[in-house]
Amino acid sequence: MKFGIIRFPGSNCDEDAYHAVADVLGETATYLWHKSHDLEGADVLLLPGGFSYGDYLRAGAIARFSPIMREVAAHARRGAPVIGICNGFQILCEAGLLPGALLRNAGLQYVSEPVRLRVENADTMFTNRYERGQVLRMPVAHGEGRYVADAATLDRLEGEGHVVFRYVDVEGATTDDASPNGSMRGIAGIVSAEGNVLGMMPHPERAVEEVLGSTDGLGLFQSMLAGVSA
Amino acid sequence: MSRFRVSVHIVPRKGILDPQGKAVTEALHTLGFSDVADARVGRHVLLDVAAADATSAGAVVREMCDRLLANPVTEDYEIAGVEGI
Repeated sequence: MKFGIIRFPGSNCDEDAYHAVADVLGETATYLWHKSHDLEGADVLLLPGGFSYGDYLRAGAIARFSPIMREVAAHARRGAPVIGICNGFQILCEAGLLPGALLRNAGLQYVSEPVRLRVENADTMFTNRYERGQVLRMPVAHGEGRYVADAATLDRLEGEGHVVFRYVDVEGATTDDASPNGSMRGIAGIVSAEGNVLGMMPHPERAVEEVLGSTDGLGLFQSMLAGVSA
Repeated sequence: MSRFRVSVHIVPRKGILDPQGKAVTEALHTLGFSDVADARVGRHVLLDVAAADATSAGAVVREMCDRLLANPVTEDYEIAGVEGI
């Protein structure tokens, strides 16, 4: 399976994603420059973390106009997998491929720390290697990760199982303290209505080897292998 | 076509937590400005636009706000002024 890792000016988790896919999973990965219109046959598109366009105006607001985003939208419309991690999630929201928005952390500070995530839906192409209710450890590193949407959108996301990951505390409970950023309803990751676009603030690509402190992110990439080839 | 300076205020929507505004409010209280009940911190954009008249200059900036300058999910905007230059 081929992963296309999109590089925007200011992306800085692109090499981590490449390492996770190519070196750890042993799959094919290629970098796609944001000005390109050629997806080079990639099966999965990955929008990595970073500070595309310096987060000017709003995080992701300018990157969504990058030429390759037309191809990303077309890929998503075909039902093919698109994953946005951190800044990638912000870009997917700005592009309207996912609902809602990501605002400045409630505590105002940039947060870089390991968090706990509960898998809320294990029936997606991104989470089928996990179990519902399983708690994962992986890092977050962001200043603008507070997920916000109107109440109707939140209810729809919850009702249709599109909330995929939620921040939880040591006890596995969703509390205000469990969330590093004050996200509404503790939301850490969501999928689109069709289920093929995933956005999440935590970094699964930084949790794929014991030396990184956690291997809990591996399941996400392995889920995609199973999901897409099936 | 004439040129207009259009001024836009973009602010976090009421009801959406604005931690920056909250921090500013608290800092003002620390300085002794106890009469401040609330502060919201947004953005001010000044655009130099060519348009047939002031009305169409305002209209095109409104469209810019809807499509780029403001986030429709979390922000409100208002055209604060349109003046010929």
